[in-house]
Amino acid sequence: MEKVPLERKVLHENDRIAAELRSRFQAEGVLCLNLISAPGSGKTALLEKTLEMLDKSERVAVLTGDIQTDNDAARLKRYGFPVKQITTGGTCHLDARMIEKALEGWSLHDVDLLFIENVGNLVCPSSYDLGEAAKIVLLSVTEGEDKPLKYPSIFFKSSLVILTKLDLLPHVPFNLAAAEENARRTHPDVEMVKLSSLSGQGMGDWLGWLAKRRQAARQRQVAAPR
Amino acid sequence: MPLYLETTMHELGIANAILDTVRAEMESRGGARPQRVGLRIGELTAVDPEALRFAFEVLTQDSDFSGLALDFEICPLRHRCPDCAHDFDVKDYVFACPRCGALRTECIGGDELELAYLEVEDGKSAARTQSTA
Repeated sequence: MEKVPLERKVLHENDRIAAELRSRFQAEGVLCLNLISAPGSGKTALLEKTLEMLDKSERVAVLTGDIQTDNDAARLKRYGFPVKQITTGGTCHLDARMIEKALEGWSLHDVDLLFIENVGNLVCPSSYDLGEAAKIVLLSVTEGEDKPLKYPSIFFKSSLVILTKLDLLPHVPFNLAAAEENARRTHPDVEMVKLSSLSGQGMGDWLGWLAKRRQAARQRQVAAPR
Repeated sequence: MPLYLETTMHELGIANAILDTVRAEMESRGGARPQRVGLRIGELTAVDPEALRFAFEVLTQDSDFSGLALDFEICPLRHRCPDCAHDFDVKDYVFACPRCGALRTECIGGDELELAYLEVEDGKSAARTQSTA
Protein backbone atom coordinates (compact mmCIF):
# COMPACT_ATOMS: atom_id res chain seq x y z
CA MET A 1 0.00 0.00 0.00
CA GLU A 2 1.31 3.41 -0.92
CA LYS A 3 0.33 6.62 0.83
CA VAL A 4 0.14 9.56 -1.54
CA PRO A 5 0.11 12.98 0.09
CA LEU A 6 -2.59 15.22 -1.41
CA GLU A 7 -2.48 18.27 0.91
CA ARG A 8 -5.02 20.41 -0.86
CA LYS A 9 -8.39 21.89 -0.07
CA VAL A 10 -11.41 19.75 -0.86
CA LEU A 11 -13.01 22.67 -2.68
CA HIS A 12 -9.76 23.63 -4.46
CA GLU A 13 -11.47 23.76 -7.86
CA ASN A 14 -14.10 26.14 -6.50
CA ASP A 15 -11.39 28.20 -4.80
CA ARG A 16 -9.37 28.37 -8.03
CA ILE A 17 -12.32 29.77 -9.98
CA ALA A 18 -13.18 32.13 -7.10
CA ALA A 19 -9.61 33.48 -7.11
CA GLU A 20 -9.87 34.14 -10.86
CA LEU A 21 -13.17 35.95 -10.33
CA ARG A 22 -11.66 38.00 -7.50
CA SER A 23 -8.79 39.21 -9.70
CA ARG A 24 -11.23 40.07 -12.49
CA PHE A 25 -13.41 42.04 -10.06
CA GLN A 26 -10.38 43.84 -8.68
CA ALA A 27 -8.96 44.65 -12.12
CA GLU A 28 -12.29 46.09 -13.26
CA GLY A 29 -12.92 47.93 -9.98
CA VAL A 30 -16.06 45.91 -9.22
CA LEU A 31 -17.17 45.65 -5.60
CA CYS A 32 -18.73 42.19 -5.34
CA LEU A 33 -20.87 41.43 -2.29
CA ASN A 34 -22.26 38.01 -1.36
CA LEU A 35 -25.56 38.29 0.55
CA ILE A 36 -26.36 35.30 2.73
CA SER A 37 -29.21 34.53 5.12
CA ALA A 38 -31.82 31.95 6.04
CA PRO A 39 -34.80 31.80 3.64
CA GLY A 40 -37.17 34.71 4.26
CA SER A 41 -34.82 37.07 6.13
CA GLY A 42 -35.31 39.76 3.49
CA LYS A 43 -32.39 39.56 1.04
CA THR A 44 -34.57 40.29 -1.99
CA ALA A 45 -36.53 42.99 -0.17
CA LEU A 46 -33.28 44.71 0.86
CA LEU A 47 -31.98 44.59 -2.71
CA GLU A 48 -35.31 45.97 -4.01
CA LYS A 49 -35.15 48.91 -1.61
CA THR A 50 -31.45 49.46 -2.37
CA LEU A 51 -31.99 49.49 -6.15
CA GLU A 52 -34.94 51.80 -5.67
CA MET A 53 -32.82 54.28 -3.72
CA LEU A 54 -29.70 54.17 -5.90
CA ASP A 55 -29.39 56.69 -8.72
CA LYS A 56 -30.30 55.16 -12.08
CA SER A 57 -26.92 56.23 -13.44
CA GLU A 58 -25.16 53.91 -10.96
CA ARG A 59 -23.47 50.90 -12.52
CA VAL A 60 -25.01 48.16 -10.43
CA ALA A 61 -25.83 44.56 -11.34
CA VAL A 62 -27.40 41.65 -9.49
CA LEU A 63 -27.07 37.87 -9.66
CA THR A 64 -29.77 36.15 -7.66
CA GLY A 65 -29.72 32.47 -6.76
CA ASP A 66 -32.61 30.20 -5.96
CA ILE A 67 -33.24 26.48 -6.11
CA GLN A 68 -36.28 27.02 -8.34
CA THR A 69 -38.21 29.88 -10.05
CA ASP A 70 -37.03 33.20 -11.46
CA ASN A 71 -39.43 35.15 -9.21
CA ASP A 72 -36.63 37.11 -7.52
CA ALA A 73 -35.11 38.24 -10.82
CA ALA A 74 -38.56 39.38 -11.95
CA ARG A 75 -38.91 41.43 -8.73
CA LEU A 76 -35.44 42.98 -9.08
CA LYS A 77 -35.57 43.74 -12.81
CA ARG A 78 -38.24 46.40 -12.23
CA TYR A 79 -35.59 48.88 -11.11
CA GLY A 80 -33.85 49.02 -14.49
CA PHE A 81 -30.50 47.50 -13.49
CA PRO A 82 -29.13 44.31 -15.10
CA VAL A 83 -30.31 41.25 -13.15
CA LYS A 84 -29.72 37.59 -13.86
CA GLN A 85 -31.34 34.63 -12.12
CA ILE A 86 -29.24 31.58 -11.28
CA THR A 87 -31.52 28.59 -10.78
CA THR A 88 -29.50 25.87 -9.08
CA GLY A 89 -32.05 23.09 -9.61
CA GLY A 90 -31.53 21.60 -6.18
CA THR A 91 -28.17 22.82 -4.97
CA CYS A 92 -28.44 24.63 -1.64
CA HIS A 93 -25.73 27.23 -2.36
CA LEU A 94 -24.08 29.08 -5.23
CA ASP A 95 -20.60 28.04 -6.25
CA ALA A 96 -17.89 29.95 -8.13
CA ARG A 97 -18.50 28.14 -11.40
CA MET A 98 -22.16 29.22 -11.40
CA ILE A 99 -21.05 32.84 -10.96
CA GLU A 100 -18.46 32.53 -13.75
CA LYS A 101 -21.12 31.11 -16.07
CA ALA A 102 -23.74 33.71 -15.11
CA LEU A 103 -21.28 36.54 -15.85
CA GLU A 104 -20.78 35.35 -19.46
CA GLY A 105 -22.11 38.03 -21.78
CA TRP A 106 -21.78 40.79 -19.19
CA SER A 107 -19.01 43.35 -19.46
CA LEU A 108 -17.63 43.82 -15.95
CA HIS A 109 -16.08 47.02 -17.23
CA ASP A 110 -19.57 48.52 -17.07
CA VAL A 111 -20.23 47.41 -13.49
CA ASP A 112 -19.04 49.05 -10.25
CA LEU A 113 -21.17 47.12 -7.78
CA LEU A 114 -22.23 43.50 -8.12
CA PHE A 115 -24.65 42.00 -5.63
CA ILE A 116 -24.85 38.23 -5.40
CA GLU A 117 -27.96 37.06 -3.58
CA ASN A 118 -27.13 33.55 -2.41
CA VAL A 119 -29.62 30.70 -1.94
CA GLY A 120 -31.41 31.06 1.41
CA ASN A 121 -29.26 28.92 3.71
CA LEU A 122 -26.91 29.69 6.60
CA VAL A 123 -24.71 26.59 6.33
CA CYS A 124 -23.54 25.66 2.83
CA PRO A 125 -22.90 29.15 1.37
CA SER A 126 -20.30 29.73 4.08
CA SER A 127 -18.03 27.06 2.52
CA TYR A 128 -18.11 28.34 -1.05
CA ASP A 129 -15.99 31.35 -1.98
CA LEU A 130 -17.55 33.23 -4.90
CA GLY A 131 -14.71 35.72 -5.35
CA GLU A 132 -16.61 38.37 -3.38
CA ALA A 133 -14.94 41.25 -1.56
CA ALA A 134 -17.19 40.64 1.43
CA LYS A 135 -19.85 38.31 2.70
CA ILE A 136 -22.86 39.96 4.30
CA VAL A 137 -25.18 38.01 6.58
CA LEU A 138 -28.78 39.08 7.20
CA LEU A 139 -30.74 38.21 10.33
CA SER A 140 -34.36 39.31 10.68
CA VAL A 141 -36.05 40.18 13.96
CA THR A 142 -38.61 37.42 13.35
CA GLU A 143 -35.84 34.82 13.80
CA GLY A 144 -34.06 33.75 16.97
CA GLU A 145 -31.50 36.17 18.40
CA ASP A 146 -29.27 33.13 19.02
CA LYS A 147 -28.73 32.43 15.30
CA PRO A 148 -25.13 33.76 15.42
CA LEU A 149 -24.39 31.09 18.06
CA LYS A 150 -26.16 28.34 16.12
CA TYR A 151 -24.46 29.18 12.80
CA PRO A 152 -21.14 30.68 13.92
CA SER A 153 -19.26 29.96 10.70
CA ILE A 154 -21.20 32.37 8.52
CA PHE A 155 -21.25 35.11 11.16
CA PHE A 156 -17.51 34.64 11.66
CA LYS A 157 -16.82 34.93 7.92
CA SER A 158 -19.10 37.91 7.23
CA SER A 159 -17.82 41.48 7.25
CA LEU A 160 -21.25 42.95 7.92
CA VAL A 161 -24.31 41.76 9.84
CA ILE A 162 -27.59 43.35 8.77
CA LEU A 163 -30.48 43.07 11.21
CA THR A 164 -33.59 43.34 9.04
CA LYS A 165 -37.36 43.88 9.47
CA LEU A 166 -36.76 46.45 12.21
CA ASP A 167 -40.32 47.76 11.65
CA LEU A 168 -41.62 44.50 13.17
CA LEU A 169 -39.64 44.90 16.39
CA PRO A 170 -42.59 46.23 18.46
CA HIS A 171 -44.61 43.13 17.56
CA VAL A 172 -42.12 40.33 18.21
CA PRO A 173 -40.20 39.18 21.32
CA PHE A 174 -36.79 39.78 19.71
CA ASN A 175 -34.00 41.02 21.95
CA LEU A 176 -31.97 43.30 19.70
CA ALA A 177 -29.18 43.81 22.25
CA ALA A 178 -28.83 40.02 22.72
CA ALA A 179 -28.66 39.50 18.96
CA GLU A 180 -25.91 42.12 18.66
CA GLU A 181 -24.05 40.61 21.59
CA ASN A 182 -24.28 37.11 20.08
CA ALA A 183 -23.01 38.36 16.72
CA ARG A 184 -20.08 40.14 18.45
CA ARG A 185 -19.33 37.04 20.51
CA THR A 186 -18.84 35.11 17.27
CA HIS A 187 -17.09 37.97 15.48
CA PRO A 188 -15.92 40.73 17.85
CA ASP A 189 -15.15 43.44 15.29
CA VAL A 190 -17.96 42.70 12.82
CA GLU A 191 -19.78 45.76 11.48
CA MET A 192 -23.52 45.96 12.05
CA VAL A 193 -26.44 47.77 10.46
CA LYS A 194 -30.06 47.70 11.62
CA LEU A 195 -32.73 48.52 9.08
CA SER A 196 -36.18 48.03 7.65
CA SER A 197 -36.46 47.62 3.89
CA LEU A 198 -40.17 48.35 4.24
CA SER A 199 -40.06 51.64 6.17
CA GLY A 200 -36.60 52.68 4.99
CA GLN A 201 -35.36 53.11 8.58
CA GLY A 202 -31.60 52.52 8.72
CA MET A 203 -31.20 52.43 4.92
CA GLY A 204 -28.90 55.44 5.14
CA ASP A 205 -26.45 53.44 7.29
CA TRP A 206 -26.46 50.62 4.75
CA LEU A 207 -25.95 52.97 1.79
CA GLY A 208 -23.16 54.66 3.77
CA TRP A 209 -21.45 51.30 4.31
CA LEU A 210 -21.79 50.57 0.57
CA ALA A 211 -20.32 53.95 -0.37
CA LYS A 212 -17.34 53.38 1.95
CA ARG A 213 -16.63 49.94 0.49
CA ARG A 214 -17.06 51.16 -3.10
CA GLN A 215 -14.56 53.93 -2.43
CA ALA A 216 -12.09 51.35 -1.08
CA ALA A 217 -12.64 49.12 -4.14
CA ARG A 218 -11.90 52.04 -6.48
CA GLN A 219 -8.73 52.85 -4.56
CA ARG A 220 -7.59 49.23 -4.82
CA GLN A 221 -8.13 49.36 -8.58
CA VAL A 222 -6.04 52.52 -8.86
CA ALA A 223 -3.35 50.96 -6.67
CA ALA A 224 -3.18 47.81 -8.81
CA PRO A 225 -3.68 48.78 -12.46
CA ARG A 226 -3.51 46.06 -15.09
CA MET B 1 -23.19 19.93 -16.41
CA PRO B 2 -20.77 18.53 -13.81
CA LEU B 3 -22.50 16.19 -11.42
CA TYR B 4 -21.68 18.33 -8.40
CA LEU B 5 -23.86 21.15 -9.66
CA GLU B 6 -26.86 18.87 -9.53
CA THR B 7 -26.40 17.71 -5.99
CA THR B 8 -28.71 18.80 -3.25
CA MET B 9 -26.97 18.88 0.07
CA HIS B 10 -23.88 20.25 1.67
CA GLU B 11 -22.08 16.94 2.23
CA LEU B 12 -23.03 15.55 -1.19
CA GLY B 13 -21.39 18.49 -2.94
CA ILE B 14 -18.28 18.03 -0.82
CA ALA B 15 -18.24 14.26 -1.47
CA ASN B 16 -18.35 15.03 -5.20
CA ALA B 17 -15.46 17.45 -4.95
CA ILE B 18 -13.42 14.77 -3.10
CA LEU B 19 -14.26 12.25 -5.79
CA ASP B 20 -13.24 14.66 -8.57
CA THR B 21 -9.80 15.00 -6.96
CA VAL B 22 -9.41 11.24 -6.42
CA ARG B 23 -10.43 10.60 -10.04
CA ALA B 24 -7.89 13.11 -11.38
CA GLU B 25 -5.15 11.73 -9.12
CA MET B 26 -5.85 8.12 -10.14
CA GLU B 27 -5.95 8.97 -13.84
CA SER B 28 -2.43 10.33 -13.52
CA ARG B 29 -1.37 7.06 -11.83
CA GLY B 30 -2.78 4.74 -14.48
CA GLY B 31 -4.99 1.97 -13.20
CA ALA B 32 -4.05 1.54 -9.51
CA ARG B 33 -7.00 1.24 -7.13
CA PRO B 34 -7.46 3.77 -4.33
CA GLN B 35 -8.20 2.29 -0.90
CA ARG B 36 -8.57 5.17 1.56
CA VAL B 37 -8.85 8.94 1.48
CA GLY B 38 -7.65 10.97 4.46
CA LEU B 39 -9.57 14.17 5.24
CA ARG B 40 -9.09 17.00 7.71
CA ILE B 41 -12.34 18.61 8.76
CA GLY B 42 -12.43 21.70 10.93
CA GLU B 43 -15.08 22.20 13.59
CA LEU B 44 -16.09 25.52 12.02
CA THR B 45 -17.01 24.00 8.62
CA ALA B 46 -20.22 22.41 9.95
CA VAL B 47 -19.52 19.31 7.88
CA ASP B 48 -21.04 16.22 9.43
CA PRO B 49 -18.63 13.25 9.00
CA GLU B 50 -21.39 10.64 9.03
CA ALA B 51 -23.47 12.52 6.43
CA LEU B 52 -20.32 12.87 4.33
CA ARG B 53 -19.55 9.15 4.66
CA PHE B 54 -23.12 8.31 3.61
CA ALA B 55 -23.00 10.71 0.63
CA PHE B 56 -19.65 9.24 -0.39
CA GLU B 57 -21.00 5.67 -0.22
CA VAL B 58 -24.00 6.60 -2.36
CA LEU B 59 -21.78 8.25 -4.98
CA THR B 60 -19.22 5.47 -5.16
CA GLN B 61 -21.43 2.38 -5.03
CA ASP B 62 -21.25 0.28 -8.19
CA SER B 63 -18.44 2.51 -9.47
CA ASP B 64 -14.69 2.01 -9.86
CA PHE B 65 -14.31 3.60 -6.44
CA SER B 66 -16.76 1.30 -4.65
CA GLY B 67 -15.46 0.52 -1.14
CA LEU B 68 -13.13 3.53 -1.03
CA ALA B 69 -12.94 4.40 2.66
CA LEU B 70 -12.81 7.85 4.28
CA ASP B 71 -10.55 8.61 7.26
CA PHE B 72 -11.39 11.73 9.23
CA GLU B 73 -9.23 13.93 11.35
CA ILE B 74 -11.50 16.40 13.14
CA CYS B 75 -9.66 19.65 13.85
CA PRO B 76 -10.76 21.70 16.86
CA LEU B 77 -11.31 25.41 16.59
CA ARG B 78 -8.13 27.14 17.78
CA HIS B 79 -7.32 30.82 18.00
CA ARG B 80 -4.20 32.85 18.71
CA CYS B 81 -4.13 36.07 20.65
CA PRO B 82 -2.01 38.65 18.80
CA ASP B 83 -1.55 40.66 22.01
CA CYS B 84 -0.16 38.01 24.36
CA ALA B 85 0.68 35.24 21.82
CA HIS B 86 -1.49 32.71 23.65
CA ASP B 87 -2.92 29.82 21.56
CA PHE B 88 -6.19 28.38 22.86
CA ASP B 89 -9.07 26.03 22.01
CA VAL B 90 -12.25 28.00 21.39
CA LYS B 91 -15.06 26.77 23.60
CA ASP B 92 -18.71 27.59 22.82
CA TYR B 93 -17.58 30.05 20.16
CA VAL B 94 -16.19 32.53 22.66
CA PHE B 95 -13.27 34.00 20.73
CA ALA B 96 -11.90 36.36 23.38
CA CYS B 97 -8.46 35.48 24.73
CA PRO B 98 -8.91 33.53 27.99
CA ARG B 99 -5.54 34.82 29.28
CA CYS B 100 -5.58 38.56 28.63
CA GLY B 101 -9.18 39.16 27.54
CA ALA B 102 -8.34 40.62 24.11
CA LEU B 103 -11.41 40.46 21.86
CA ARG B 104 -9.65 40.30 18.51
CA THR B 105 -8.02 36.91 18.07
CA GLU B 106 -6.95 35.04 14.96
CA CYS B 107 -8.14 31.68 13.71
CA ILE B 108 -5.23 29.20 13.51
CA GLY B 109 -7.25 26.00 13.13
CA GLY B 110 -10.74 24.61 12.80
CA ASP B 111 -11.54 25.98 9.34
CA GLU B 112 -9.95 23.06 7.46
CA LEU B 113 -11.72 21.18 4.71
CA GLU B 114 -8.69 19.44 3.28
CA LEU B 115 -7.61 16.30 1.49
CA ALA B 116 -4.60 15.00 3.39
CA TYR B 117 -3.66 11.77 1.61
CA LEU B 118 -4.75 8.93 -0.60
CA GLU B 119 -3.80 5.31 0.00
CA VAL B 120 -3.43 3.28 -3.17
CA GLU B 121 -2.36 -0.26 -4.00
CA ASP B 122 1.33 -0.09 -4.74
CA GLY B 123 2.34 0.31 -8.37
CA LYS B 124 3.58 -3.25 -8.83
CA SER B 125 0.43 -4.98 -7.72
CA ALA B 126 -1.64 -2.54 -9.80
CA ALA B 127 0.47 -3.32 -12.83
CA ARG B 128 0.07 -7.09 -12.21
CA THR B 129 -3.69 -6.71 -11.98
CA GLN B 130 -3.69 -4.86 -15.26
CA SER B 131 -1.48 -7.37 -17.10
CA THR B 132 -3.59 -10.35 -16.01
CA ALA B 133 -6.85 -8.60 -16.91
